[in-house]
Amino acid sequence: MSLKTQNQKPKKRRNGLRDDVAVPALGVLGMLRWAWTQLTSMRTALFLLLLLAVAAVPGSLFPQRPVNPAVVTQYLKDHADYGPILDKLQMFDVYSSVWFSAIYLLLFISLIGCVIPRAIAHWKAWRSKPPRTPARLSRLPVYGALVVPSDQALGAEEAAKQAAALLRKRGYRVDLRPAAKDDDGAGTSGAAGTAAAGTPAAGTSAPTGTAPVRAALASIGAERGYIKELGNLCFHSGLVGVLISVAIGGLFGYSGQRTLVEGDTFVNTLVGYDQFNPGTNFQSSWLEPYSLQLDKFDVRYDRESAQHFGQPLDFTAHLTTKDSPDSAAKQQDLKVNDPVNIGGTDVYLVGNGYAPVVTVRGGDGKIAYQGPIPSIPTDTVYTSTIVVKAPDAKPTQLGFVGFFLPTAVVGHDGVSYSADPDPLKPQLSLNSYVGDLGLDKGTPQNVYALDVAKLKQVNGRDLPAKGIVLDAGQSYSLPDGQGSISFDGLKRYVALDIHHNPGQEYALIFALFSLAGLICSLFVPRRRLWLRFGDHEDGRTMIEYGLLARGEDHGLAAEGRSVRSALAKAWDLPEQESPEQGASRQKAHNKTQSTSGKGL
Amino acid sequence: MGPINQTLGAYSELFMLLAAGTYVIAFLAFAWDMATSGKTAQEDATRLAEAKSEGKSSAKVPAMSGAAAEGPGGPNSGISATAGGANDGGSRVSPSSAVAARVARVADAGLTYTSRRAAARVGVALSILGLVIHAAGVVTRGVAAGRVPWGNMYEFCTTGAFLVVAVFLIVLIRRDLRFLGTFVLGLAVVMMVAAAVAFWTPVGHLVPALQSYWLVIHVSIAVLSSALFTLTFSMGVLQLLQSRREGKIAAGELDKGGFMGLVPSALTLETLSYRINTIAFVGWTLTVMFGSIWAEKAWGRFWGWDTKEVWSFVIWVVYAAYLHARATRGWTGTRAAWLSIVGYLCVVFNFTVVNIYFSGLHSYAGVSAG
Ligand code: HEM
Repeated sequence: MSLKTQNQKPKKRRNGLRDDVAVPALGVLGMLRWAWTQLTSMRTALFLLLLLAVAAVPGSLFPQRPVNPAVVTQYLKDHADYGPILDKLQMFDVYSSVWFSAIYLLLFISLIGCVIPRAIAHWKAWRSKPPRTPARLSRLPVYGALVVPSDQALGAEEAAKQAAALLRKRGYRVDLRPAAKDDDGAGTSGAAGTAAAGTPAAGTSAPTGTAPVRAALASIGAERGYIKELGNLCFHSGLVGVLISVAIGGLFGYSGQRTLVEGDTFVNTLVGYDQFNPGTNFQSSWLEPYSLQLDKFDVRYDRESAQHFGQPLDFTAHLTTKDSPDSAAKQQDLKVNDPVNIGGTDVYLVGNGYAPVVTVRGGDGKIAYQGPIPSIPTDTVYTSTIVVKAPDAKPTQLGFVGFFLPTAVVGHDGVSYSADPDPLKPQLSLNSYVGDLGLDKGTPQNVYALDVAKLKQVNGRDLPAKGIVLDAGQSYSLPDGQGSISFDGLKRYVALDIHHNPGQEYALIFALFSLAGLICSLFVPRRRLWLRFGDHEDGRTMIEYGLLARGEDHGLAAEGRSVRSALAKAWDLPEQESPEQGASRQKAHNKTQSTSGKGL
Repeated sequence: MGPINQTLGAYSELFMLLAAGTYVIAFLAFAWDMATSGKTAQEDATRLAEAKSEGKSSAKVPAMSGAAAEGPGGPNSGISATAGGANDGGSRVSPSSAVAARVARVADAGLTYTSRRAAARVGVALSILGLVIHAAGVVTRGVAAGRVPWGNMYEFCTTGAFLVVAVFLIVLIRRDLRFLGTFVLGLAVVMMVAAAVAFWTPVGHLVPALQSYWLVIHVSIAVLSSALFTLTFSMGVLQLLQSRREGKIAAGELDKGGFMGLVPSALTLETLSYRINTIAFVGWTLTVMFGSIWAEKAWGRFWGWDTKEVWSFVIWVVYAAYLHARATRGWTGTRAAWLSIVGYLCVVFNFTVVNIYFSGLHSYAGVSAG
């Protein structure tokens, strides 16, 4: 297939190493070198990239621990057969797994091994002159010739100077190569226009044995678009920067969650958090003791649209903040998509719900618990689950499990459900339990769950005492004087995420840096252009030019045309030789020999 | 947040239906063009051959990349792309002369308009008409809701289809890509039907999580890049077909002509789809970057391997691999085309399956809203 062979790009700068590899006795050093060569080859990079893409997929198929530990636990419970095997394979921690890390670390090592030699090579190219003029410009992909009539008496030297100035204006780096001085035949028969026969280039030694029929003619080597390779290097090294920034975030950052009921205050200390995830290198002294008080939480629902009726339109948490215990209080609004920045952290509004205020009394009539209890919404109308624990109830501890409904409506089957997210008819329906809640042993428990296995149920749908149903303001006494519970009022609460990530600005900066590099790399064409100038015996000045692209370049032919017409304009030439002729010459030429990049 | 204009919303849906109907007819016209194009290709071939013998036309320096422009020996073409590393020591290879001999049987490499093709013209005209109606539908939807019209699956599909057709028609101004008409219009119709049948959602406000100017920036670029990927996907498929055909012709098999005769050479397709893919890749890079900035604003972390993030990452990596493949020995041509196709399948997967079936922070597609 012709296609496959088309766009081959030879490995850059690897040939030297390649040759070493061919040496049969490798030895340890040789092996290492061989491994390194393999690792830093384009083919490996491509393979690792594809592998990375594939390896990322399981993370979307299985629940991930860092994102949702509870779902992972549930999954393991539901799939006791193969769940543990998946766990062994780190399918629930894909992005910190050994295999995923290995792939991206190898990829980045490969990247560094690839970028450094290229950066050195490019540094050298940047500081050196454009490459020497090829012997046969006509072999280049774009080629053409111009003839300045004798009446202009331009002369090769002057033409070269003018062309050089013109090219500089077009953004080329230009190296003017005067004709060799020492020969007598210079320019006499040198017909730039007839160069198909091959003109020895300046700087190359003339073929030995042949008479110096034509000495080196004046020529120009020019190149532009160095920024393409620079952009590519910036792009790749920027990626390394992004990776390092992410790692810094993991080392020195922290995050935590806190639910905050209206009226409550959060102070940024370790004990203030419901859950805290420190970075590997975290120190608690980094926490600045700022405080946030939730004054009020406003929610607005869509009351217009029939289909979206009751869908939330706006959440706003009104906060009173203090940068430190003794600084002045400030009023701030916290919204979804609009975090509050305080004390080096960002505070996000990630959830909300209702916190019914309840009072629980023990069998002795004393208050065992009083206050708001956050309930967990399970649907869009805030049908919420709630757990009330009263370990202080005497003589036996009390526990309640059930639902909170903001707008309770009794359905056909006699079961209540919530009809609206707003609290139009708030109602608690609970089952009650007595016994040892197991809180005294000090083992941490989920406050939103109650293990009822060892408890005695008192109230419930199927029990003689039935379930407890409380509207706002109502209270209920448990049978046999075991205690009571009352539903005193309703508050809202918000779930806050608090984050500190020192790496994230750097990640953004490096990402932008990469992006700029990428754009330069993809869209700046890198081109080489050579011109050769000769004086014809009859006084005409002959100029031939050729262009070569490095990398993909769809505009090379167009560039050839516009350089041509710029020169023609400068020398007042009519477009005497149409571009087509140049191209067809080139075509004819190409037919006769298999073209080769050699010698350029 | 102003009130929803229901009347305008209803008009919008009417426009969408009309646009979809027009696209269906345009699709049929392109399909007709495809079916009858064997003849056209034949005529073109004859005409080109005559022109060539008169020494015209063939020598033109191609307007575009010039990829394979010259057919035989195609000096400007892919080679200029590859001659790349100047001191590479490798040799440039000419396309096989067997292909060259029948070069007239593939469309003009410069993708300039050479043949008339009445059916295709009708297709283009109808596409333009459909696009105008479609524009009215998208705009009225936006005005009715008082926000940008890309906030749920219905709107992603309708606005996405609009962009796919618009990008296609814009490219048509400069290049004769009419051979892609059946694919592009077919896809647009599928998207419109999916929107109307599977994802239908009446005009409404956005949930708080989506109320951000990042929605405007992030999603618009995502949809635009996907539209470009759609084009390169179609071209990738054609490239595979064409290169098989070229292989057969080179092996001396008789070419049955037909539609593929109107399609440019595999190399031309590869070069052009590479160009489009580079733009789309930058677009996707921006999508991912803006997405993570938004995620940082909304959820407090710029990257958390949410399902949607995973798949956006996978897409990005696959297209990065595609760009690498184009610079790797033995990976250009057919293999690169496959990578581009796989990348697009990931885009589609991300857009459909992930939005609908995977739960995650991005589960706002509005499919089950209500
Ligand atoms: C994190 C992994 C990598 C990613 C995401 C990546 C991505 C890209 C992208 C998008 C391009 C095309 C744009 C451009 O030319 O700048 C590119 C080009 C390139 N990459 Fe990478 N790359 C990665 C690793 C590597 C490695 C390990 C190597 C070395 C073996 C490498 C060598 C190159 C080269 C030489 C080019 C230029 C190709 C050309 O001349 O067209 N890259 N890379």
